[in-house]
Amino acid sequence: MDILNALVAILNFVVIPAASYGAQLALGALGVTLIYGILRFSNFAHGDTMAFGTALVILVTWGLQAIGIDLGPVPTALLALPIGIALCSVFVLGTDRTVYRFYRRKRSDPIILVMASVGVMFIMNGLTRLVIGVDEIRFDDGARFLVSVQQFRAWTGLSEGLSLRVSQAITLAVTALACWALFRFLSRSRAGKAMRAYSDNEDLALLSGIDPERVVRLTWIIATALAVTAGTLYGLDKSFKAFNYFQILLPIFAAAIVGGLGNPLGAVAGGFIVAFSEVAVTYPWKKIANYLGFQPEGLLQLLSTEYKFAVSFVILIVVLLFRPTGLFRGKSV
Amino acid sequence: MTEPYLSATDMHGGYGKADILNGCTLTVDKGQIAVIVGPNGAGKSTAMKAVFGMLNLREGRVTLGGEDITALTPQERVRKGMGFVPQTHNIFPTMTVEENLEMGAFIREDDFRDTMAQVYELFPAVADKRKQNAGELSGGQRQQVAVGRALMTKPSLLMLDEPTAGVSPIVMDELFDRIIEVARTGISILMVEQNARQALEIADIGYVLVQGANRYTDSGQALLADPEVRRTFLGG
Repeated sequence: MDILNALVAILNFVVIPAASYGAQLALGALGVTLIYGILRFSNFAHGDTMAFGTALVILVTWGLQAIGIDLGPVPTALLALPIGIALCSVFVLGTDRTVYRFYRRKRSDPIILVMASVGVMFIMNGLTRLVIGVDEIRFDDGARFLVSVQQFRAWTGLSEGLSLRVSQAITLAVTALACWALFRFLSRSRAGKAMRAYSDNEDLALLSGIDPERVVRLTWIIATALAVTAGTLYGLDKSFKAFNYFQILLPIFAAAIVGGLGNPLGAVAGGFIVAFSEVAVTYPWKKIANYLGFQPEGLLQLLSTEYKFAVSFVILIVVLLFRPTGLFRGKSV
Repeated sequence: MTEPYLSATDMHGGYGKADILNGCTLTVDKGQIAVIVGPNGAGKSTAMKAVFGMLNLREGRVTLGGEDITALTPQERVRKGMGFVPQTHNIFPTMTVEENLEMGAFIREDDFRDTMAQVYELFPAVADKRKQNAGELSGGQRQQVAVGRALMTKPSLLMLDEPTAGVSPIVMDELFDRIIEVARTGISILMVEQNARQALEIADIGYVLVQGANRYTDSGQALLADPEVRRTFLGG
């Protein structure tokens, strides 16, 4: 029985939160890795694209709620998501037209594009705060739990409870769907293959008649869709706060680099690796040790949660030192 | 005399201020194999790039099938019937062989499956690996994929920049055999070769370039028989 309780506790406090956090990171890292593969620079504005897009989704959600539309148990934000993606894509394409295209035509070094993206990041950062403010916003309506602790206890008779929030279940489902659609698009469709060809060998893609501006536009739109989806899921799961999205940029880059920059499969794996490491290192394992018959002195918490970003840093440094191309052989940084 | 299918006459130009090409002329007829040889730095690859429009010409003109294409970009020249196989980076390494060929046919709106079947027929070794990533193949097979990719647009002129660079002599012979087969289907071939002797063996016309200008022009066999050419360029 105690072993079962220990398992349930691990599921409840480690596996489920890490999986949904990992899914959010994976979606974010996919966007970063696509931009890196096609446009060949690390987009520092990605975190704030998530924030800006999510702010738009929240505004549309409020609009929908005001005219009395909701999705019942499912958050209304999911209905607002496609509209938010469309609006944010228009904005991001605008940044490409006004900022990045200039440097692309000049064939500038990647570092110049990175610095340009830092500028775009600050602008989006400020815009988001102007549009929706700096306060914490909860926008998850509908049902809160798919499985609540009380229900679980009543079903199983275990003393340890397990909860699965609607936002977590939706995160996992939406991420699975988005990854499936993306990988299918990249491996089957003509446009997806053209994107991969352009990422593989730009000059040969040009010779083959692939229009680079089309590939670039498509990449921005897909990366934005992934970013806004990730941002909205993160906001539903943990509440929206503009600053959080700036901070989440670090674990997202860690995820993309661990998986191998430019490799979409690596980005997904990297997202989960970073999330599971972060949660496992900051979770106090005392309770589980107790169930297993140990009586530890302390909390068995390796790192307090305030330092969770240190985990991403350490992973990043270890990977860059020992395997710069990442686990799935992406491009080296 | 009618104008040859490809005619690049009196080309002058280079990448910066100094010209690399100083009055280079290349012509290829339908179904002919033309080979450009010459010492290092003679401008062999540059001459081919100029024919393909990857280099701005200061002087000279290029015509294909009687049409002046001097002002066209490389992409536009592909649509006019030129196929180009660069010396390096000539495949999409993380895409399968089949996807490489598909990308070769990217500009084609029609059904290209029969062209793909022809390419597979020409390169059976590659056909066996159609689902494998091109980057995982051997050097010779990669070159075959690269040539196959260029053939997917059904070009009338195929340009090869040192197709046998870095492959073993056996693979080289095999590649040359395939190139002869391609030429027999009526496609004109223009290639730059480091392995001058073997390349001239199969050449209908050979150009010996020195300092960006034609030094000798004759049939491959005649160049091989010319004692002067043998002594200076073929090592005796």
